Amino acid sequence: MMTQIVFYVFAAVLVLSATMVVCARNPVHSVLFLILAFFNAAGLFLIAGAEFLAMTLVIVYVGAVAVLFLFVVMMLDVNFAQMREGVQRYAPIGGVVGGVLLVELIMAFTHWRVASNIGQIRHLVPSSSERTNTAALGDVLYTHYIFLFQSCALVLLVAMIGAIVLTLRDRPTGRRQDIDRQHDRTSADSLEMLQVPLGAGVAAQGGFLRPHTSYDVASVPGSYGTEAWREQQMAEETQTALVVIPPAAGTKGQDNA
Amino acid sequence: MHSAIEGIGLAPYLSIGAILLVLGVFGIFVNRKNVIIILMSIELILLSANINFVAFSAATGDLSGQVMTLFVLTIAAAESAIGLAIVTVYFRNRGSIEVDDITMMKG
Repeated sequence: MMTQIVFYVFAAVLVLSATMVVCARNPVHSVLFLILAFFNAAGLFLIAGAEFLAMTLVIVYVGAVAVLFLFVVMMLDVNFAQMREGVQRYAPIGGVVGGVLLVELIMAFTHWRVASNIGQIRHLVPSSSERTNTAALGDVLYTHYIFLFQSCALVLLVAMIGAIVLTLRDRPTGRRQDIDRQHDRTSADSLEMLQVPLGAGVAAQGGFLRPHTSYDVASVPGSYGTEAWREQQMAEETQTALVVIPPAAGTKGQDNA
Repeated sequence: MHSAIEGIGLAPYLSIGAILLVLGVFGIFVNRKNVIIILMSIELILLSANINFVAFSAATGDLSGQVMTLFVLTIAAAESAIGLAIVTVYFRNRGSIEVDDITMMKG
């Protein structure tokens, strides 16, 4: 009885917060309601006996994905006021599609029955009194599902590299190693022996000495990362681009990195 | 029926999954101005699939559903990371994340 009450509380909060994710005016509120929804879904998982998945849901979704969403929502300087303009126009379409989907699901649900030989597939027991859910999952994951598991690792690797490749860009102020210039350096143009007077130290020579020639990257023409280099790259890009895309009407591209 | 969801049954779990799926699809259609909310709706849809997997896993007493849920979680995390990266790059180039503005590839 207690379990049922807890289940329906979790379920009600889950559905309400999912509704608020879709309907909230402010995207930040949407993300916060998404976090609440994931917490409640984790509660439902716990009731169903999937303890490891419940904890994973909290860690992966609340700890990583939702924070990623929150970060992006706050980083993008979006005008929240005009975000809701299309809702009146598109709500009927969404309602019709959602309603059709719901009716179809109900129809499928009412004409659905468990196969008679369902008991025969029970070869991977979720948990028992002597084997916890996490241990049982680990037993199966690294034996039966090892190739899927490795494929998931590859998917995550590709996603990580893809996200980095998409968002990384060269910045004009960036410093980068230039092997040629490092090899061209000799001790003669970087090192100077001075006679420092006894008892007076470098103060007698006018304080700390700067190198005679500057090694600032920006002072070398044509080297990586300077403004001139950046402009040259941009010119090359513009000349070779097939299509030059103008910014959207009434908006302005922003430097948000 | 396995003891894990005894007393609740399979039907409430499947109903919650169906409601979440419908809410996610509704959210995709309603939010024409914000791609980020569309990504969140996709997360809701995947969550509904996960709830179904876990419910069937508990009902049949078989672990495969939970393993599948683990994989779905992985894919969902990868998907949201890539999606948000695309949104960030798009906003950097165009200064807008409205769905109606995304017509660059129309030619």
